[in-house]
Amino acid sequence: MTAIPVPLDRLRWTLTDGLTLAGRELSRLRQEPGQIVAALLFPVVMVVLFGYVFGSAIQVPGGGDYRAYLMPGLFAMVTFTAVQGVMGRMAADASRGVMDRFRSMPMARSAVPFGHSGADSLIGVPLLGVMVVTGLLVGWRPQQGLLPAAEAFALIVLLRYALGWVGVYLGLAVKDEQVAEAMVPLGLPFTMLSNAFVPTDGMPAWLRFVAEWNPVSALTAAIRRLSGSPGALPGDAAWPLAHPVAAVLLWSAALLVIFVPLSLRAYARKGR
Amino acid sequence: MSDPIVVAEGLRKSFGDTHALRGLDLSVPRGTVCGLLGPNGAGKTTAVRILATLSAPDAGHARIAGHDVVREAAQVRERIGLAGQYAAVDEKLTGRGNLRMFGRLYHLPRRQAHRRADELLERFGLTEAADRPVGGYSGGMRRRLDLITCLILRPEVLFLDEPTTGLDPRSRGEIWDSVRELVADGTTVLLTTQYLDEADRLADDVAVIDHGKVIATGTPDELKATIGDRLDVVLEDPATRPAAAAVLNALAGAGPATAGADRLSVALPATGLRLADIVRDLDRAGVAVADVSLRRPTLDEVFLRLTDRKEPVR
Ligand SMILES: Nc1ncnc2c1ncn2[C@@H]1O[C@H](COP(=O)(O)OP(=O)(O)OP(=O)(O)O)[C@@H](O)[C@H]1O
Ligand SMILES: [Mg+2]
Repeated sequence: MTAIPVPLDRLRWTLTDGLTLAGRELSRLRQEPGQIVAALLFPVVMVVLFGYVFGSAIQVPGGGDYRAYLMPGLFAMVTFTAVQGVMGRMAADASRGVMDRFRSMPMARSAVPFGHSGADSLIGVPLLGVMVVTGLLVGWRPQQGLLPAAEAFALIVLLRYALGWVGVYLGLAVKDEQVAEAMVPLGLPFTMLSNAFVPTDGMPAWLRFVAEWNPVSALTAAIRRLSGSPGALPGDAAWPLAHPVAAVLLWSAALLVIFVPLSLRAYARKGR
Repeated sequence: MSDPIVVAEGLRKSFGDTHALRGLDLSVPRGTVCGLLGPNGAGKTTAVRILATLSAPDAGHARIAGHDVVREAAQVRERIGLAGQYAAVDEKLTGRGNLRMFGRLYHLPRRQAHRRADELLERFGLTEAADRPVGGYSGGMRRRLDLITCLILRPEVLFLDEPTTGLDPRSRGEIWDSVRELVADGTTVLLTTQYLDEADRLADDVAVIDHGKVIATGTPDELKATIGDRLDVVLEDPATRPAAAAVLNALAGAGPATAGADRLSVALPATGLRLADIVRDLDRAGVAVADVSLRRPTLDEVFLRLTDRKEPVR
């Protein structure tokens, strides 16, 4: 008879199976080099579009180079694409027979959601590297030294991981690759409704409120602060912008606390 | 070991207003092949999904090797393999990549997972295509990969939901051979199929289900015996058809089934009727026959008779 697995064993298998599935995502990407190219090209296009096209007409509050102001916003924007990416991959799995096989195998129940969120982090780090190099090329510099820069990097990875779980949940909720794909364009306005591209002071009051509490703004403000990028805050800035590092930590924790259990439950109940 | 390895008792499952299963009972002895037959929508896939722990019944219970499929799902999953109605492999990965990944997910050490993948690819003739993405496989190759993915751990019970639907005769034959080999190794197989010759060739026992219930069980031969032998008569002159029908009617006690302008086909009662008597009676009635033959019914005929939609159901 098989022994009842002790919790530690369970945790080990969750991690091992999650890693196997994360490896699967990477192998899948290798079969589709076009996707990698598109993912890497997207931020570069954004730098050119906003940094050089729109940027020529935008004034940075408190003065400074617009492209140095913009780069933290683009870091944040790319971080938030995790939601769409994971949602699409999770929905594709949920709509196919391969999920039935996973669920009929003696593997850890939570491995599939963990695999998807974990794989996204593995994809996210090299993506962030490309972004940093692009930023350095167009004149952005981490002014505060290495340690705060590393701190910013860690915040990005943490929030990206939490956002991956939002994607897992949404993917399980829509269950359909096409629906997930149709939702992708919604991501752009969501990230633009923030301080990533323009300061919030000029927005009408209600819009400004939304933008200041948008987690994209908190992450952007945190990166700006930790890298010493231009972009002085208005004196009456909302709490998340005045305390951006704490705000990003809180956002990450809240998303994980809500979406990890929701996703695990949705996965376990699928097909019941 | 005569203990049944798969047992289902009173399984019920509804999807909204659709009652997919209405009290399904099933018992499959260890080391045998059980064929689950039924028309579209009879509840075959629903039953298989419940037995394979993918879905929970609304009422009733089921056990695999003594383990309850709901409460002891983890133990059940260690003992089963499932090849669903739709191939459940990752289209973006190669055949080898799929087998290695599933091997790892079955918790084989990496080297062993790789070795097992190579072994299975070799044994089932997929070595040549092993390093191509599955998306480019033919339907038959994909199903074969799907099937061997279930075999990584040599499951005690294998569920095959329409394993050969949409395959050409050669691929079907290959899948059949694979299933026979597995059974020879001691695996128990529960197989659903639309093709009755498939059940006839592979299954030790057949359970016919309709409207979510088992309506008949037995070996293929036992089921054929329940509807009696068939008599096929080919007439020399189609004009003598009414006379021939009257003779057969008197002998068989039931109206002959029409099989064509110059031929008749009728089910005979299980009690023995000799071919010689039939020919003599036809001759006396002035009917010239070109051909007459007595044969066992096909499983198709049994199936059509049992699942006749004209009978009231409930
Ligand atoms: N997830 C579901 N939601 C709603 N109805 C369902 C669901 N799954 C099955 N059904 C219904 O339950 C009934 C039995 O379906 P099932 O798939 O078990 O039939 P089947 O015998 O496998 O048919 P087929 O030969 O076509 O594969 C059908 O009427 C089907 O429409
Ligand atoms: Mg079916």
